[in-house]
Amino acid sequence: MVDFYLQLHPVVQGLLKGLAVILVIFPLGGLCSMAERKVSAWIQGRQGPNRAIVPWAAWIPVIGPFLQRIGLFHVMADGGKMLFKEDALPGHVNKFYFVLAPIVAMIPALTTVTTVPFGAYLDPSGQVIPIGLANVDIGLLAVFAVSSLGVYSLILAGWASNSKYPFLGGVRASAQLISYELSMALSVIPVFLWINEPGSEGTMSLSRTVAFQSQPGFWGGTWFIFLMPVSAFIFLIALFAETNRQPFDMPESESDLVGGFHTEYGAFKWGLFFVAEYAHMIIGSAVFTLLFLGGWNPLPWVSLADLMNWAHHAIGSPLVIHPLVVGLISIGIFLGKVILGIFFFMWVRWTVPRFRYDQVMELGWKKLLPLAIANLLAYAIGIAIIQK
Amino acid sequence: MGPFLFNLFAVFSVVCAAGVVLNKNAVNAALCLLLSLVGVAGLFVSLEAYLLAFLLLLVYAGAIVALFLFIVMLLDTKGDARPTLHKLPLLARVMAFALVGAGVGSFVVRGQLESPDLSRTPALGASLKLYAYQLFTTYLLPVQILGFLLLVAMLGVIVLSKKFDGLDDIK
Repeated sequence: MVDFYLQLHPVVQGLLKGLAVILVIFPLGGLCSMAERKVSAWIQGRQGPNRAIVPWAAWIPVIGPFLQRIGLFHVMADGGKMLFKEDALPGHVNKFYFVLAPIVAMIPALTTVTTVPFGAYLDPSGQVIPIGLANVDIGLLAVFAVSSLGVYSLILAGWASNSKYPFLGGVRASAQLISYELSMALSVIPVFLWINEPGSEGTMSLSRTVAFQSQPGFWGGTWFIFLMPVSAFIFLIALFAETNRQPFDMPESESDLVGGFHTEYGAFKWGLFFVAEYAHMIIGSAVFTLLFLGGWNPLPWVSLADLMNWAHHAIGSPLVIHPLVVGLISIGIFLGKVILGIFFFMWVRWTVPRFRYDQVMELGWKKLLPLAIANLLAYAIGIAIIQK
Repeated sequence: MGPFLFNLFAVFSVVCAAGVVLNKNAVNAALCLLLSLVGVAGLFVSLEAYLLAFLLLLVYAGAIVALFLFIVMLLDTKGDARPTLHKLPLLARVMAFALVGAGVGSFVVRGQLESPDLSRTPALGASLKLYAYQLFTTYLLPVQILGFLLLVAMLGVIVLSKKFDGLDDIK
């Protein structure tokens, strides 16, 4: 099986790998909508969706009722509804851009995955090799560049809908996303100043960030969230604004814009916007995990290699450090952190009320941007003194 | 594969650039500009200048064209309400023709640039460190001048927008 895979043309191999990752991200987006309902229910002291069940699942003794209680079948019913509902095209819209917008929403959301490493394995010499679709030198820059194209879906949807509320949503989206991109980019520069120590080859690779957080010793093993808390804080706030999550969901803003940019959308086109939003959240919390939460390292000051070597000594079987086992464990740790990040997104959404638009702009330009610049200057001076 | 992709992206970006000029609808024109920039980024990738490609996408495609669209939507320009070409002053016409002439002339005379030192070219495009080094040594003056120009432009915008402070309807 492995030999057959290695015989294939590199392009086919790349396509298969990309497809495998998309097959994880896309259902994860759907599952996020289930989690969103359950988390909101939990926070508001409700049960949440817990009724729908299909007969064959009800026959399974313990698992069936459990799946019913966590609302899994509601997700399937929702997906089925979105697929089979009439996909109405309003008469007053610009049809080309109206259809294009949900597609444009999905493409950047799924393309950014290519440069995000999501796990690692140990090669025979004990080196940690990252797993990802493309381990490029300019990793983070590529993520920023491609994900910044996602704003066009909101702008196009708002403009093509040719009615007031979507238009306002689109205009809000374009201004908001540009405003917060600056703070976001500035907040991560200290991280890359720190990992590009003198004498090393310059890089913006995300896997190198993780490698830097898994060194031995107290300072080597410290996750960057402890080393650069202000950077992490600014990045997190900008991430909320960039993914249009509450308290920053100005483009959507149900209470004053009906449904914002997607007011005129229904059925699967609407669904695509939502899967794209959740995909952006997944990528966003993956990048946050890589930059500030130690990537696939299980705990601060305990790296993946430490854990696997310890397990190898404790169990004694060479199977433990087999690349497949280590890879699965590291992907599991990484996904666990990403899911915690998504939970945090939801927690904030159901806790904090929405900002007004002028508050969003003031926070972005008058508070976050100066703070990000001051943070960058302070760390630039500090790093220059320490790494001299 | 390489030359084919290069030609494909070159034709694509030129066609889209023509679309920017020829489109009556301002939103269509802005989106053509976006596609043209993506084509140029593709050209950079096929020349192994990955950093430039992604910076172009990040800065121009991701932010500046989005800003253009924002302005276009706010002003709500109608394609047919624009002033027609024959109202252009004579000076502007002469300048435009002179610029086009100079561009075509330089293309005809110096269409083939001297090939740079190939051993350094890929390193410049791919390595962040060499790129930054060049930016802060060889090209420091142009960078500073451009930065100064942008600062002047920003000050100009601030001065222009300050003018509306006395009015009640614009805040």
